[in-house]
Formats: sequence, structure tokens, C-alpha cells
Amino acid sequence: MNRSITALVAGVSAMLLAAGCASDKPATSSAAPESSAAAPSTAASSNTGEQSKFFVQADYDAQLAMRSQEAEGPADKPWEQAIAPEMVDTAKYKKDGPYNLCFSNAAVNNPWRQVGWKTMQAEVALHKEIGKFTALDAEGKDDKQISDIAELVGKGCDALIVSPNTTATLTPAVTGACPKVPVIVFDRGVETDCPVTFINPIGGYAFGADGAEFLVEKVPAGGKVLALRILPGVDVLETRWSAAKVTFDQSQLDVVGVEFTDGDAAKTKSIVSDYIQRHGKIDGVWMDAGATAVAAVEAFEDAGVPVPAVVGEDQQDFLQKWKSGGLTAIAPTYPTYQWRTPIIAALKILKGEEVPKTWKLPQPKITSENLDTYLQPNMPPLHYALCGCEDLPDFPAAWGGK
Amino acid sequence: MRALRSMGPILAVLAVLLVLIALVNPFFLEPAGFLAFLKRAAPLVILAAGQYFVIVSGEFDLSVGSLVTVQVVVAARLIDGQEEATWPVLALLIVIGLLVGLANGVITTGLRVPSFITTLGMMLVLSGAVFLWTGGAPRGALSETFRMFGRRDLGPVPWSVLVLLAAGTAAILLMRSDFGKRLIATGDNERAAGLSGVRVDRTRIAAFVVSGLAAAVAGILLGGFAGVSAQVGQGLEFQAITAVVLGGVALGGGRGSVVAAMAGAFTLEALFTLLNLYGISGALEFAVQGVIIIAAVAASSVRLPFRRALRV
Repeated sequence: MNRSITALVAGVSAMLLAAGCASDKPATSSAAPESSAAAPSTAASSNTGEQSKFFVQADYDAQLAMRSQEAEGPADKPWEQAIAPEMVDTAKYKKDGPYNLCFSNAAVNNPWRQVGWKTMQAEVALHKEIGKFTALDAEGKDDKQISDIAELVGKGCDALIVSPNTTATLTPAVTGACPKVPVIVFDRGVETDCPVTFINPIGGYAFGADGAEFLVEKVPAGGKVLALRILPGVDVLETRWSAAKVTFDQSQLDVVGVEFTDGDAAKTKSIVSDYIQRHGKIDGVWMDAGATAVAAVEAFEDAGVPVPAVVGEDQQDFLQKWKSGGLTAIAPTYPTYQWRTPIIAALKILKGEEVPKTWKLPQPKITSENLDTYLQPNMPPLHYALCGCEDLPDFPAAWGGK
Repeated sequence: MRALRSMGPILAVLAVLLVLIALVNPFFLEPAGFLAFLKRAAPLVILAAGQYFVIVSGEFDLSVGSLVTVQVVVAARLIDGQEEATWPVLALLIVIGLLVGLANGVITTGLRVPSFITTLGMMLVLSGAVFLWTGGAPRGALSETFRMFGRRDLGPVPWSVLVLLAAGTAAILLMRSDFGKRLIATGDNERAAGLSGVRVDRTRIAAFVVSGLAAAVAGILLGGFAGVSAQVGQGLEFQAITAVVLGGVALGGGRGSVVAAMAGAFTLEALFTLLNLYGISGALEFAVQGVIIIAAVAASSVRLPFRRALRV
């Protein structure tokens, strides 16, 4: 019995290995689900597979252009700025305070959202005219958020803020709420423009392109780049990769792998170590989010090789590593200060002031030049530097800092 | 001698896999490359050794994955980057592992709940408790001293390899002792063992405690290796069970050696490494584990129903 099990396993392993030999060459693993076995691109030697189903050329072009546009509004308060705003009139929503604001939150199940949520609560505390602030947490479940929105609409809110869990599924719920109460949507969007305003930073294409362009600039032609993604099929992440892919395809860089890490630090470290062993030298690492950036950097350190150019994000632990290690790095951001703006927008609407229909917030990137302005050593490792929370009450203690 | 002969197949498979890895990646043959593999495999091997104790006594421990996550998250929160807090927290983590193992053992033997259910419930309780405590995402940071065990080397040898050698030796010695013989007797035929004077319940509880301790050690190594993460323990319990089963330990208990279980863990890790080197998607890892577990249960399915009937 003992022997038969191991024989069976040996047989299965042999089958799997044979399957491995029959598919792609090892060096060109392209893990995106919709990519075919060999999708030769017309450009240089990159092997990035097929373009993402989520890619929309018009949005891509618009976002990349927005990066260089000047935002209107106070320069020291980027969460109040707007890029090329088209204002809408909100006189019909004007009413007297105190206001009852409601918020349907998709989740607080990752550090980015936790920092954002704390920031939003602190913003609420700033405004005395908000009499009541009711927030419901959908715990990352679409069906719960749909019923949360229905419940909030019935609670006599003066304005409803929604951060949708997914785009398509939440659209009917938002469409149903719009006639009853002014709706403000932020972060992820919905497929209707009935909300009074939709707030978000420039977006994923700009995020992905910022990182990829940095690598094209820093890594010599023919250099090997490893792309690390969290998981496939998530719209906000797919846009980041698709923009990076366009940049890499047009460059002379060799993308040796596109791997999924599930956002897990141990898996990231193992994958990067394997690539270092396989290729001897990796010249650049592109990532679609920064939670596992430190793990990727540590993989190089543990292998005893110099850390190459790295794309991260504005987590404090990555910024700390960048500074102390003197790394060649860039941190594109998806700023958490966008959690302040919906409160500001709600108050503007209820006071009858104009707001942009699509409120595009600036999306700064952290470079070696401005790193020192964003690095705050006393904040916890998973704190986001672009929280816009330094001037809020109870900073830094409420955000876990010392 | 008989144990060595029964281990022949798994060692052969392991050797073949290691040769294949070396073919694809010659760096593997160098000390640094091989040590890196051992460093990565160490947590799973230790976890498999702990799981072996439970399985050979006729039970299951599904809670080890969640326990590992709890260890890492609790450590990060309590240490919060301060070096002085490292040793007290390490001690606390060991105690947590022992207590969870004790709870598993007492509930299974005292309340007569099948261990599959007990540890499944414990797994859910632990992951829910972690979620509640952290509000969804882990906070805090591990200190450099804590991370030393999972990440750094003592001279040329990684700390985790030293811990692995220590744990492996302890496991082998434990199984060679009277306790080990009592454990196998309990798993083989509970009634006969009980009638021969073996304290069946106490032996089983001890097995669960060992498994909890193994999870604590694995958690310390994994937290050190990769840092804080809320997914660090995901799926580890199934990897551990697959490893033990791969080593030829019968599900239902009574047969197999701890060395074989550890060899099974090395084999599983080698298989995953090979899949990784071929660029085969990570999702296939789950499929591979599923195939192995099903094959093992199918091969030993005759035992399980009869065992339940014998339980009086």
C-alpha cells in the first residue's frame, strides 16, 4: 500500500512534468489566464502575453495625459484639488445643518482601506455641521453592500457616500439610491452617472505606467524585468498591468516573467528567489501594489545580490527600506487622501456649492527627490504616506504612530 | 530496518525530484542553492513532523494553518518593532501553540468529538479571532531578532536549517522512546492498546500538543522569512497532511515513521519547486495536493470505517 501510493505519486509527477515540458519554455511564464501559449509581440523581446480584457485605450490615453495636467485648487491640500473639473450645480440639494451623512463601505479588509477609513473618520470629526455619521461595512461582500445601501437609503440620510465593492454588481443599487438621496461615489466606480459626483485619483493606467516608465528609464536595454501581480481579474489591478504591458512592449526590456503572488509576502519572496536563481540576474522588478514590495527586496538581499530598480507603493515599510538601503526605486500611489474628499464633497453639495461631476484627484508619485517629504519613521509599517492625515486631529496616534 | 525498507519508495521519488531540479537549475547543486531550498522547506517539514504524531495516533489536525497565521499576527502586534519584546513574545508563542494543541486534544478525547471536527472548528475559531483582533489586516512589525530565525544564517548555515535539524532529531528520539511506541499502538488498535495499559487519551492529547508546538515553531520560521502577512498559514494544514501521506503514513494511524513524514514534506516542497521552475501556475499546486490526498485515502480507505465501528 505504501509503495503503491508513492508509485502513484511518482506517476502523477511524471505526467505533470511531461505537461510542463509540452507548454511554454520555462523562461517565459505568462500566468495571465487569457494569454495563449505564445503571443509574440511586434516589439522587442518582451514576453508579456495578450493584453488584458479590461484594457480601454481611450481611458489609458486620458489618464496618461492627466498626469501632466495642472490640478485646480489648494496646492497643499491635494484631496481638495481637481483635474480639469466640469462642475455641476447642486443648488437643489441645499439644506440646513446639522447633516446626517451615511457611508456604505465596501470593506476594511486591507491596510489601505483601514488607513483610509481612519482618515475619513478624522475628517468627519473636523466638521461640526455633521450631526450624525452612519457607516456600514460590507465586509467585502457584494450582496451585503447591496442590502447596506438599501438600509441606509431608508434611514433618512442627507447624503450617501458609497465605496463600491465591485463595479457592475453594485450599479443597480446605486442607481436605485440616486433618486432618493444625493449619492457620492469614490474609489471604484459604477456604471451609471446618476451620482452627483464620482471621486477618484487619476487611476490604474497612470499607476502602472509610472512604474513601467521608471524601469524603462533606469534599466539598460535588454535588461531582465520581473513583473509581480497580486491576482488576475480584478479591474483596478488589471488596468495597472495593462498599462505597464504597453510600456514594456514598446521598450527594449526583456520581461522574463509575469507571476501572481496572491499578495502573500512568503510567496513573493519564494518567487523572486526562484527567478534570481533561474536567471542569475534580475535588473528590475515591477509590482502592481506595494504590500509585498519589502518581501521582494529582501529576496535580493537574502540571495546576496544587489537590489535592482524596484517599483513599490507608498507603504511606510517600503519607504523605510528605500531610504535605508539607498534603493533605486519609485512609488506610484493610489492616495488614501481620497477618503477625505467624499466628506468634503457631501458638505459642499448640501450647502449648494458646485462640485466636479467627475472629481479627479492628483496622483503623485514618490521619487528619490521627494522621498524625504513622505517618509515618516514613527508610523507603522503598513501606514500609507499619502493619507493626507498629518493635519488631522489625533495624528499620529490614531493611525498607530508614535 | 523494516522502517528503512518501507521508506525506500519515498526516498527514491525525492532523489529523482532533486536530480530534476538540479538539471533545470544548476545553482541548486551549490551549497548556497541547496541551503536556500532547505531554508524554504524547513517550516513545512517541521509542520509535517508535528502532523505525523497526530495522524499516526489515528487523528487529524486541521488547525495548524490558522495557528501559524495567529502566531505571526500576534507576534507582529505584540513586538511592534521593539527588540526587547522579542524573547517574551517567542515564549508566549510557544505557550499559545501548546495550549491550542492541548485544547484540541482534550476536546477530542474528553468530549469524544472526532478530531476532524474539533480541529476544523479550532481552525475557524482561530482565523475568526485573528480577523476580529486585527480588524482585517495585521498591524505592527516583527523585530530583527525575531526574524533572525527564519531569515538569517549562523555562519554558513541558515538558522532555520539548524532549527529543522533540532526539531527533526527531537521527533525521531521521541518516536524511538516508549511514548512513540505507545502512540503507534494507539493508532493501530485503540482497544488493544487501552487494554494493554496504554493511557490512550493522554497519549493522544500529547500528540496534539506536539502538533501545536510544531505549528508555533513553523510560525516563527515563516514570520521570520517573509514578514507579517495575514495569509501566511493558508493551506498549510493540507500541505502538512499531504506531506505525511506522501511519506507513506497511513491515514487512520498505526503505521509509518516520522522520518518518512519529513521525507514526504521534502518531496512535496521539491515538487512545488520544480513546478515553479517550469513556470507552471501556482494553482496547480492545489490540484497536485488534492490528487495525492485522494489517492492516499483511496488506498487506505478500508481501514477508516472499521475503526469507527470498533470505537466503543
